[in-house]
Amino acid sequence: MKKSVFLGTLAVAGLAAGFASAQTLAEVQERGALNCGVTTGLTGFAAPDANGEWAGFDVAICRAVAAAVLGDPMAVEFVPTTGQTRFTALASGEIDVLARNTTWTFSRDVDLSFEFVGVNYYDGQGFMVPRDLGVSSAMELDGATVCIQTGTTTELNLADFFASNNMSYEPVPIETNAEAQQQYLAGACDVYTTDASGLAATRATFEDPSAHVVLPEIISKEPLGPLVRHGDNEWGDIVRWTLNGLISAEELGITSANVMELAAGTENPEINRMLGTEGELGAMLGLESDWLVNVISSVGNYGEIFEGNIGENTPIGLARGLNAQWTDGGLLYSPPFR
Amino acid sequence: MATYTDPPTESFRLSQLIYDTRYRSMTIQVVAFILVMLALVILARNVVINLGALGKDFDFGFLFNRAGYDINQRLIEYSNDSTHGRAALVGILNTLLVAFLGCIMATILGVFAGVLRLSNNWLVAKLMSVYVEGFRNIPLLLWIIVIFAIMTESTPQPRDFRGEDAEASMLLFDSVAITNRGIFIPAPVWGDGTLLVVAVFLASLVGIWAFRRYARKRQEATGDILPVFWVSLGLFIIPTLAVYLAFSAAIARDQYPLVAVGAEQGMTLEDYVAENRNPAICALPSTAGVNLSSALRGLDQRADILRVGSAAELQASVASGDCIIAAMPPDMVDEFTGAVDGVEVATLADTVDRGRPLQFERPQLAGFNFEGGVQLRNSLIALWFALSLYTGAFIAEIVRAGILSVSRGQTEASYALGLRPNRTMNLVILPQALRVIIPPLISQYLNLTKNSSLAIAVGYMDVRSTLGGITINQTGRELEGMLLLGLFYLLTSLIISGVMNIYNNSVKLKER
Ligand SMILES: N[C@@H](CCC(=O)N[C@@H](CS)C(=O)NCC(=O)O)C(=O)O
Repeated sequence: MKKSVFLGTLAVAGLAAGFASAQTLAEVQERGALNCGVTTGLTGFAAPDANGEWAGFDVAICRAVAAAVLGDPMAVEFVPTTGQTRFTALASGEIDVLARNTTWTFSRDVDLSFEFVGVNYYDGQGFMVPRDLGVSSAMELDGATVCIQTGTTTELNLADFFASNNMSYEPVPIETNAEAQQQYLAGACDVYTTDASGLAATRATFEDPSAHVVLPEIISKEPLGPLVRHGDNEWGDIVRWTLNGLISAEELGITSANVMELAAGTENPEINRMLGTEGELGAMLGLESDWLVNVISSVGNYGEIFEGNIGENTPIGLARGLNAQWTDGGLLYSPPFR
Repeated sequence: MATYTDPPTESFRLSQLIYDTRYRSMTIQVVAFILVMLALVILARNVVINLGALGKDFDFGFLFNRAGYDINQRLIEYSNDSTHGRAALVGILNTLLVAFLGCIMATILGVFAGVLRLSNNWLVAKLMSVYVEGFRNIPLLLWIIVIFAIMTESTPQPRDFRGEDAEASMLLFDSVAITNRGIFIPAPVWGDGTLLVVAVFLASLVGIWAFRRYARKRQEATGDILPVFWVSLGLFIIPTLAVYLAFSAAIARDQYPLVAVGAEQGMTLEDYVAENRNPAICALPSTAGVNLSSALRGLDQRADILRVGSAAELQASVASGDCIIAAMPPDMVDEFTGAVDGVEVATLADTVDRGRPLQFERPQLAGFNFEGGVQLRNSLIALWFALSLYTGAFIAEIVRAGILSVSRGQTEASYALGLRPNRTMNLVILPQALRVIIPPLISQYLNLTKNSSLAIAVGYMDVRSTLGGITINQTGRELEGMLLLGLFYLLTSLIISGVMNIYNNSVKLKER
């Protein structure tokens, strides 16, 4: 047994490192499908819909990259990952992109050797409690039992928050959002804490969402974004500019409805460059010239993705807030396509 | 011995390595060994190169960095400021705890079920068959999750215990609470005189041992059988209880004064805590602290008890502000009047009981949850019960096989000698059956220990969840973490089998 554990570890480690600087683009094209890491299920962000098709805000990123690279938004293999398994899955090459509301932090970027290509949702950590607990502020949570997902920034923030406010708590470690939901609803914990967007998404699936309140305190910065492995910069560029393309498209008014029309040529040179009627941007990335046309015609621009999955007209009902375009007072600001 | 003729000396040819059966097996072994070593070298090289390509080195330094996460079940001091190494240690102790509890309960269950499965009572035998087959044939993970789900879904929340007509109530004179966060039981707290009580208890254990020896000698010499069980039981309980009760009667009601930081002389406890809510407290002896904290709970306050071992520690804690109310023997108060190292203190009007040599701190509802006492978390209970029930089913089969391996003739011979059935079991069958039972029992213990790594399914913080889960995830040190984890399980298994082998040697057939 001792030997097999050792060998197994070495083999895993060997495999884990094997793909570090491989040509991800070529591999994806040869495979004909993108391997995309998502959550195990968080309504609005990534969850299989009634037909078993994955849908959601993070899923749209996967589909957009597949549309850019392969011309087909459906050519995606979704790999559900938990907070603990996601980084191993990415580092080992099991997935090409991780789009799983993952917070961009220094240590993940530098020490774990990943490349965050941008931010698709500016978030912060919040707390949810049952309304009849009678708590109105996180400062009243001394002694509470708190459900947290392990392997997240959430558990570190939580420890800091309670320590710096001189309060104690009892952590209940949990693997997935679904388990957390079950434990929370059974009352095995008083509080559920995670990204505020995740709280809203979780609450939307409750039988009676109004029986639960999200407390006003936001205790951390959680810039969530897609990430790839260090070392393959060409691939990183593709994912980065696909995301930027979605954001710029909203800013410039390109939507899934008018993209075909605009692709015939417009007065605006930036739109022309994006949609491939002017310049060679697609070729510089190693893609077809109409790559962004494929992306926007299949998933829409950032605003459409937001409104369709988590916006105010969905059960999740998130306001744009920080995630509005910079022109509307938000933080979304794509570098220019030039 | 003499040789008559030398055989014709035959020179060694290389082809003999393959065609000569004397050498062939050696050749094969050497070749196989070289191949295995080569494979190992290639693997190791591959790992080094690939780690290099990923920009990762091989370094255990992360064990000394701040962990940053909290762990709910800790057998030793730990906070999020401790190191990853200490978090691993907390996990290791949790693993050992559940493995230890599991092995004991599995053995008890297994022996019962194994013996009862051979019972002549049809119903009992069949029930045991159902148990054994049910648990042996359904995956362990399922049982862990089922038991955990039952524990969380079917038990009341702590807040159901609140209020005048609460939905739920505590058991056993308000000392045990079964909630969906675990079972809260009273915790033992040592007070003054504990040492004496413990000494008396140890002395009675020696007494029991001596009496048993005497009884055996006498039985061998005269054939008389003394009532060993009853005498042992009496020795076990009576002297200790007598000393405990005498001591309690003498000191329990002594009143110990309270010294509080920043109080006015002669203030009541109630007035003091009105300004200093949820105070941190410390006390000598600890039982006085427990009495103080129940007094505080009566005033609707939560109290964190800081454990101190000596007068000096007590003084230091007050001086540093780690606790703001201190209970202490009356003769110590003098050292506390006025100021301790510059901190203003004063004596309150209230006093607390000194406490018994051993007292039980009851869990009490405070804030969101029960506090005080010991919390057996649902994760621990689910894992412990599932591991025990599952492994117990296998042990039952081993015990049954062991008993069946002793031939029927032995029983009959023993009956013929006039031995009663339970003596036949104890003196004739079990000693022989044990020889068959112990070796497979060892591997069941090993299985149980390794299976405890399924803990993550219910969020039990064992070493797989701390070192092999959160730590690896936060530091990205998969290889190092997994190697350490492997090493830990390997060492634990070797130690368990080593100890069990010693026991096995002591019961196995002695050949002289
Ligand atoms: N942003 C945090 C937390 C991410 C996280 O785990 N979020 C939860 C709740 S919003 C989730 O997505 N769970 C889905 C699942 O369990 O698969 C991080 O990157 O560490």
